[in-house]
Amino acid sequence: MQDTMKKRASELLADGTIARVLGWKNGEFVYDPTPAVFDSAEELEEGFVYHDFCGNNLSKYLIKLSRLEGKTLVFLKPCDSYSFNQLLTEHRIIRENVYIIGIPCDGKLDPDFVRASGAEGILGITTDGDTIVVDTMYGNVTLQKNACLLERCRNCKSHQVMVYDEILGENGEINEACGRFDEVEKLESMTSDERYAFWRNELSRCIRCNACRNICPACSCEMCVFDNPASGVSQKAAADSFEENMFHIIRAFHVAGRCTDCGECSRVCPQHIPLHLLNRKFIKDINTFYGEYQAGAEAGSRSPLVNFTQDDCEPNIVCKGGSK
Amino acid sequence: MKKIAYSNLDVCFAAIAKTKTLYLPMADGVDEKRGAKYTKWTPEVTYTADAVNTVRSAKDFFFPQVERMTNFKVDGKKIEIEDIRKECEDFVVFGVRACDAASFDILDSVYLAEPIDSYYQNRREHGVVVTMACTKPSETCFCSVFGIDAARPAGDVTCWRDGDLVLLQANTEKGEALLLELPMLEDTAENAADKVIASIETMLEKLPLKDLSTDAFGGDKLMKLFDSEKWADLSEACLGCGTCTFVCPTCQCYDIRDYDTGHGVQRFRCWDSCMYWEFTKTAGGQPRPTQLERFRQRFMHKLVYYPANNDGKFGCVGCGRCMKSCPISMNIVKVMKTLEEEHE
Repeated sequence: MQDTMKKRASELLADGTIARVLGWKNGEFVYDPTPAVFDSAEELEEGFVYHDFCGNNLSKYLIKLSRLEGKTLVFLKPCDSYSFNQLLTEHRIIRENVYIIGIPCDGKLDPDFVRASGAEGILGITTDGDTIVVDTMYGNVTLQKNACLLERCRNCKSHQVMVYDEILGENGEINEACGRFDEVEKLESMTSDERYAFWRNELSRCIRCNACRNICPACSCEMCVFDNPASGVSQKAAADSFEENMFHIIRAFHVAGRCTDCGECSRVCPQHIPLHLLNRKFIKDINTFYGEYQAGAEAGSRSPLVNFTQDDCEPNIVCKGGSK
Repeated sequence: MKKIAYSNLDVCFAAIAKTKTLYLPMADGVDEKRGAKYTKWTPEVTYTADAVNTVRSAKDFFFPQVERMTNFKVDGKKIEIEDIRKECEDFVVFGVRACDAASFDILDSVYLAEPIDSYYQNRREHGVVVTMACTKPSETCFCSVFGIDAARPAGDVTCWRDGDLVLLQANTEKGEALLLELPMLEDTAENAADKVIASIETMLEKLPLKDLSTDAFGGDKLMKLFDSEKWADLSEACLGCGTCTFVCPTCQCYDIRDYDTGHGVQRFRCWDSCMYWEFTKTAGGQPRPTQLERFRQRFMHKLVYYPANNDGKFGCVGCGRCMKSCPISMNIVKVMKTLEEEHE
């Protein structure tokens, strides 16, 4: 796939369709590519990669890149394409300045899970079907690919690229039975005290690095409310032990109805807080109260939270926790 | 040199915890992916000797993320300053790795230089650092590049794990005093750790980053590095989050803020990050208007400005945390390798 992508990008650069390519650049190790812009076939040849560790969602970078002169080619995985559509809906990306090539994805790997499965000192990784072989400083370790998948890929909602100008390979299907709300249901079945304790514990580990916010394609405000020095809250220190809890709850409310469940927040959290569960709770509730809705499935769609219909459930039903 | 059975460490921990608060690395929750964190020892806490490093560094003990500095009582036009500093309790941090132990030297030269930072000094004086030599370093480890010996870590006491034995060696008066309080430790030969040290050294030889060169960096290379055109590409994907700075054991910048309580002011300081857009923003404006300048600041500080002010010593200890935590996988190793290409 990597070679096909490189070849196609070079062709489009050569015939003047595009001015630059947004993709992933090879890292120091096999698992740490960095999102990068390539301006020439030589640069692509030198550094462009696409492999099992290219988890970064590239859509948000297009807010800036689509404002440059000439078209930017971007490679979108299925879940990234939902974010792209959502950013189009919010008028954050200039569509005509982007050339999209949809690419298939069968799940990306998380180096933290590779380590947790017992492979420390990672020197190389080769994938062989459902297993991966990790070459480490302490010998070879064979692991199940499933055990090393990123959190979001474990319950992948869709293999379908939702928006593209061309696509490499066959487009996939939406996976209705992905089970992505199973963890939410577990939380719902807790007593409110247990749930409170669960989130207090998880959120207490927050170090206010803001990685979740800065990576989030739905967090595209010119200036975040938490960055406003006059707001009375500080984005880098908690005034009391509940403040970082509030930060995440407010952020989850702010992206409710717009979050496509791309899972980048949980991928980047250095403290491994399962932030995606907050967002999934909102998605699940929206589905329950207003009918199935997937943000980013279609550009220009109206989220039920900003779209009044006479069929909407009464607010008191929402207050009661949705017992229709 | 002293020794104790690894399975008996808890007896040792219990004895320390009788007189001092003890912190040590513990696996963080049920999910092993989370790595280890420093946890206050209680009989229920299990020490994780296997973790190469904790997710957050040990600097938190001496330079906490948020710290109250002083209170102001306001009554009309009268302002009364309340000094809330008090002696910190005695504590022991056990299981610190060589890189983190070396980071304290870097923090010391900032905070213990005149004018001495009394908040930091207070914690340093009351804290005892017990290090543990690395037995299974990670591919992201490169402390040797900065002259740090993972087989012989510094600290008040140094420990080595040799199979079912833990060997302990006091390095300072504080360390001697701590070991004297632990009668369960047995004497052993002064060279008892030689074998394990040799085996660690063999392991360190295999580290993929051990040959990373610092030749292109230092206090005398300021303008050439500052003006490099490579910063644009290096910083282009940076999110401007504070992850690298907050997990870094040597990042030392802070912000001082006033919290208005309605009838007074609580002045606190908190970690700041040069990666944040409002870092060092003043009434006059922002001296680093784009992420390029902010990104450059972080690496110039560690590789040029700090050595310029500290006899050539670099402001990085090679712990590799930024390599593991950065959301876009950009880090000091990639920066050094990219910039050194310009170096003749």
